[in-house]
Amino acid sequence: MLNAEKRKTLFLLIPIVLILVGYVLYPSIETLLESFKRNGAMTLQNYIDFFGPKAQSNLEALWNSVYISLLSVLLSACIGIPLAFIFTRYDFPGRSFFSGIAIMPIVLPSLVGVMAFMWLYGEVGLVPSAIRDIFGLEEVPFSIGGVSGILIVHAYTMYPYFYMTVSSALNNVDPSLEESAANLGSSRFGVFWKVTFPLLTPALVAASLLVFMVSMASFSAPFLLAGGYRVLSLQIYFSKINGNLEMAATQSVILSIISISFLLFMRWFQGRKDYRMGTKGIGAHRSEVSNPLLKWIMVSLGVVAMIVLLLPHVVLAILSFVPEGSWTWQTYPTSFNFENYRLLFEDPNIWDPVRNSLFMAFVACLGCFVFGMITSYALVKRKFIGKNLLDILVMIPWALPATVVGMNLILAFNKETPFSFGQVLVGTYWILPLAYFVRFIPLVVRSTSAVLEQLDDSIEEAAQSLGAKWFYTFRRVVLPIIMPGVLSGTLLAFVQAVGEFPTSVLLYTLDNRPISIEIMNQLRLFNLGQAAAFGMIQVGLIAIVMIISYKFFGVKSENTL
Amino acid sequence: MSSVTLSNITKRFGNFTAVKDLDLVIEEGEFFTFLGPSGCGKTTTLRMIAGFYYPSEGKVKFNEKDMTTVSPENRNTGMVFQNYALFPHMTVYENVAFGLKVRKKKKAEIKKRVEDVLEKVRLKPFIDRQVSQLSGGQQQRVALARALVIEPDILLLDEPLSNLDARLRDEMRNEILRLQREYGITTIYVTHDQVEALTMSDRIAVFNVGNCQQIGTPTEIYNQPVNDFVAEFIGETNLLDVDWKEDKEEFYSEGLNKSIAVIPPEPEMSEGPLKMSIRPEAIQVSEEELSGPNVFLGNVQLVQFTGEAVHSFIAIHESDVTLKVTDLNKGPSTYLKENAQVYVQLPPSQVRVVPKAKKE
Ligand SMILES: Nc1ncnc2c1ncn2[C@@H]1O[C@H](COP(=O)(O)OP(=O)(O)OP(=O)(O)O)[C@@H](O)[C@H]1O
Ligand SMILES: [Mg+2]
Repeated sequence: MLNAEKRKTLFLLIPIVLILVGYVLYPSIETLLESFKRNGAMTLQNYIDFFGPKAQSNLEALWNSVYISLLSVLLSACIGIPLAFIFTRYDFPGRSFFSGIAIMPIVLPSLVGVMAFMWLYGEVGLVPSAIRDIFGLEEVPFSIGGVSGILIVHAYTMYPYFYMTVSSALNNVDPSLEESAANLGSSRFGVFWKVTFPLLTPALVAASLLVFMVSMASFSAPFLLAGGYRVLSLQIYFSKINGNLEMAATQSVILSIISISFLLFMRWFQGRKDYRMGTKGIGAHRSEVSNPLLKWIMVSLGVVAMIVLLLPHVVLAILSFVPEGSWTWQTYPTSFNFENYRLLFEDPNIWDPVRNSLFMAFVACLGCFVFGMITSYALVKRKFIGKNLLDILVMIPWALPATVVGMNLILAFNKETPFSFGQVLVGTYWILPLAYFVRFIPLVVRSTSAVLEQLDDSIEEAAQSLGAKWFYTFRRVVLPIIMPGVLSGTLLAFVQAVGEFPTSVLLYTLDNRPISIEIMNQLRLFNLGQAAAFGMIQVGLIAIVMIISYKFFGVKSENTL
Repeated sequence: MSSVTLSNITKRFGNFTAVKDLDLVIEEGEFFTFLGPSGCGKTTTLRMIAGFYYPSEGKVKFNEKDMTTVSPENRNTGMVFQNYALFPHMTVYENVAFGLKVRKKKKAEIKKRVEDVLEKVRLKPFIDRQVSQLSGGQQQRVALARALVIEPDILLLDEPLSNLDARLRDEMRNEILRLQREYGITTIYVTHDQVEALTMSDRIAVFNVGNCQQIGTPTEIYNQPVNDFVAEFIGETNLLDVDWKEDKEEFYSEGLNKSIAVIPPEPEMSEGPLKMSIRPEAIQVSEEELSGPNVFLGNVQLVQFTGEAVHSFIAIHESDVTLKVTDLNKGPSTYLKENAQVYVQLPPSQVRVVPKAKKE
């Protein structure tokens, strides 16, 4: 017989398991099955083709993906780690301002960021052209594109992962450890290698894994910059566009295997007992930079870095004032006005994508909010068999590249299924909100769990022994306490859903095309100003949400990774 | 107000038994203490009374009413947790009012009762504070007020004073006692601090790894421990192996190599190994020769000064026994000198022979 506690747990678990099986597990399995099919028959032919000589482009794309990801890790580390050291260990004028700027890349949605880089440093980019004209050169001195373009964009967007994890690890290093090593006669360099570096390894490994996974999944950068360069995430899209679903499934499976093994490795790595938190309550100590020359070198480096970091935002803002048709063959835009923004509110064709994005992101986030809260509560506070498995299942959408999530949903819901209530979802409005929902569940679960784990079990028990029923306790005690965590996760999900490109491009229809798709369309039409205006809308939404979450819930953007 | 009856309670976690065959009755209005070393099952027992665990075997009754599987919210017990478990997002008022709101009392009544109870715990001025802005002692009083305000049948306190400094602990002890007497609530108090247990309780249950060893008033527990575990756990004592010599009808200590006079002169239990226990403060010491039974000659090894008392360790001649002797501090001239030769006497009425506790 089940006692009351077990009944409650079961009651919570049934909807969780149903949704996860229906929208995460089942689509993945459909993709796996599809990858073994060729003209309706079961076969290994797709894999033979993938690894065989027949379609070398696949294998090439796999290696390119790995190659780019490794280089991205290296580049991001080279930028992020020194920055983290400078900002946590030295005090100089403007330090906290610069350290705020350092995380600005994360407010640019990937597609918008890539677009801004293209305009700035591309073949006809503003910066190379400006240098050519100022110095009277024949040719542009440099331009980005292909591998170099992808890498530079990756470094720009991904170094914050290193910067944030290393900063917080450095803040947790007890300064007395370093001081005692120095006291024992170790040189500065010796202290770094023998003491500081080993203490940072967990953070470095975690950041490297994260950057590797994110760049394996990266879609927007290769999509706009790759030219003929093939990477796996993009190959999936091409296979799908060419109607070769079986090959797209096979490619998805291979990318999934890589991503999920990374997820499992990361869980194992973080689960090991680590030795970072030997002592508590000690903030980092910063040495004041007293040498005036050094001080000014640092400040001017900070200013240069700030310009480089903010240039994409600035160029986006400026170009959003360029009206349609006024910047075609000229090197620089010539006229500026509010035309693009006016059209936004007047032309329904231009307003529609904004409305779609907002509405779909809202619906998806509402789902994530409720589902994430319940799931996280069950995972943290309830005991049941198979918890570990459920935990992994919840995190899978986070590990899977967006392209793969999109493919999974296509292959699962291009026919009638019980999970879609007997409807074909692909090609309808609701497939996109569903995709956003699935993709951003882990964000809410993670940020909620972080708060729930801090919540002592005895708080709930106290409410219970005062006579409160379970639901009353949950509503009046647990919920208010975990709300900041749930909300910060949900807001982050909202931000990402508004900027989401890879799943959108696989699943959109005319009715539900979101902002990202419209940006792509406007780029195709060379209507750069309107594209920039759409980009600005995304950036503005993201900025508002971040400010709200910081001001009202005290959520630092660092915590939202 | 309720009495609590635990009959043959056993609690297992997997195949680990945390509480075994516990049988006890707590009277109405009694201040009852669970005392025992860490990990012996005190909290587990308390949580079975509160309803957070259900016993694997046995029954929990309040006033003859079977509560074994009633859920916690329907038991009307007030629990004060070791870490207080205050609701961090509420003010002092809201914390205390929580239980009354759940019971759907009228606004005006809630206000009055909360103010009354806060008056009693002397927190009235802090009524609108956020609980995170209170000191440890104040938080503890909020927790107590929150438990008292619902007028529980039983008040359950799990080491509520363990986080406080010594002075505050002293103050809070008196406060808890005062409130308990005022409300007359059946109170079950968990602690591993023996001073706390001895000073506060009407009765004490001494636990050892899952077993209840002895139940009795503080003086019974201290003066008539039922076995060597209880004797050693409560207060200081000198424990020596003794044998009952059937032929001579006397106790014989191998360690001291001498027979020992004891009043009453017969063992309560003749089976199994025996121990004799004598409290350090009961031993007589003198530099002049003592007469009478149980007198030994020894050398002072070490003198420790603790403030109110002086401990002396005396190595008995021709044996490896060292006895601990405690005397109140009566000035430096009365302290024993180290290495001095002294006589010690174990008064027969103070020597207690007890069975050795079973090793589990
Ligand atoms: N939920 C549980 N699952 C498994 N074992 C448990 C659980 N709760 C308690 N135990 C075990 O039961 C034994 C008794 O625990 P209990 O918490 O009752 O000890 P205690 O007497 O309160 O100790 P302390 O004075 O340290 O609080 C311990 O060995 C503990 O490890
Ligand atoms: Mg305990």
